[in-house]
Amino acid sequence: MPPVAPRSGDAIFANVERVNAELFTLTYGAIVRQLLTDLEEVEEVNEQLDQMGYNIGIRLIDEFLAKSNVSRCNDFRETTDVIAKVGFKMFLGVTASVTNWDADGTCCSIVLEDNPLVDFVELPDNCQGLYYCNILSGVIRGALDMVSMKTEVTWLRDVLRGDDVFELQVKLLKHVPEEYPYKDDE
Amino acid sequence: MVREVSESCVDSLLTEMVACYCNRFYANKPELAARRIEAIGYQVGHQLSERYTMERPRFTDHLEAIKFICKDFWSELFKKQIDNLKTNHRGTFVLQDNKFRWLARMSIDPSTDNVSPLEDITSPTAESKAAQAMSMHLYFPCGIIRGALSNLGIPCAVSADISNLPACSFVVRIKA
Repeated sequence: MPPVAPRSGDAIFANVERVNAELFTLTYGAIVRQLLTDLEEVEEVNEQLDQMGYNIGIRLIDEFLAKSNVSRCNDFRETTDVIAKVGFKMFLGVTASVTNWDADGTCCSIVLEDNPLVDFVELPDNCQGLYYCNILSGVIRGALDMVSMKTEVTWLRDVLRGDDVFELQVKLLKHVPEEYPYKDDE
Repeated sequence: MVREVSESCVDSLLTEMVACYCNRFYANKPELAARRIEAIGYQVGHQLSERYTMERPRFTDHLEAIKFICKDFWSELFKKQIDNLKTNHRGTFVLQDNKFRWLARMSIDPSTDNVSPLEDITSPTAESKAAQAMSMHLYFPCGIIRGALSNLGIPCAVSADISNLPACSFVVRIKA
């Protein structure tokens, strides 16, 4: 039996249960606002958003793999390409692109021109230093962790800070070999 | 065409919000966690009702506003209307959703929360832990309803009743 072809992000998005994006956008905004009230430092809010994103990412990857028919990606380059083309479309309904690869293929940028998280959002002056969408960096890091890639994800450009796009830099730190628990393999 | 995202995004965000406040920030203070989760819901409800009523004339009475919540508001959020609305005509309304979407994937089997011996699985502690986790999730939709109604000029208190799962009843008590 021939392998099933991978499904496009559009095809998956058309078939998953969807909800009004405003509920998502406003809920996220209310959470960020509450965190800013509850935590002393903006940097703590950034860390908490990243942690929340990580916890979400380690679960979303399961749904992604279950629905996308993606087989094993051979390298980091292919993985980030799939995340940008399929993953972002599947969950957020937006297209992301991958660019700025370094020479050895371990560092790149994911660029978002459209982002449902920031509809209706303006940052007041006392939120300098806040990475409003830091939950996204956590999601990506968490998802990649689950497919054995330890990464560092940082923001290079942020529309809420005056840039024209959102740009995340994803750097592969270590590709962890899969460890089988079965001794019989030896 | 209105913008949409995968339902998983909302489900994941809500799950993680509750986990964040109940297990990290206020691990031993469930009342404080509950208040924060409700406050987030209030903010969301307040803003959503603003958007969903932009092109509507002003509601003439409380019942009309409550019906808006049961029909249009609920349909926007859950793609279905509230199944049953009851009132005692003295300021209390009960809105029943027979299969509340945000509870549909929650387990009520206490054993899934435990890796401990058999005795603990049937203990009141395990049972109440599961119920408490579920009730924490309900502070968010209660806050949404309260926020929406407050924005429509109806200050109220909202609580949830999950005695007939997966049905969920929201009890709205309008403040005089």
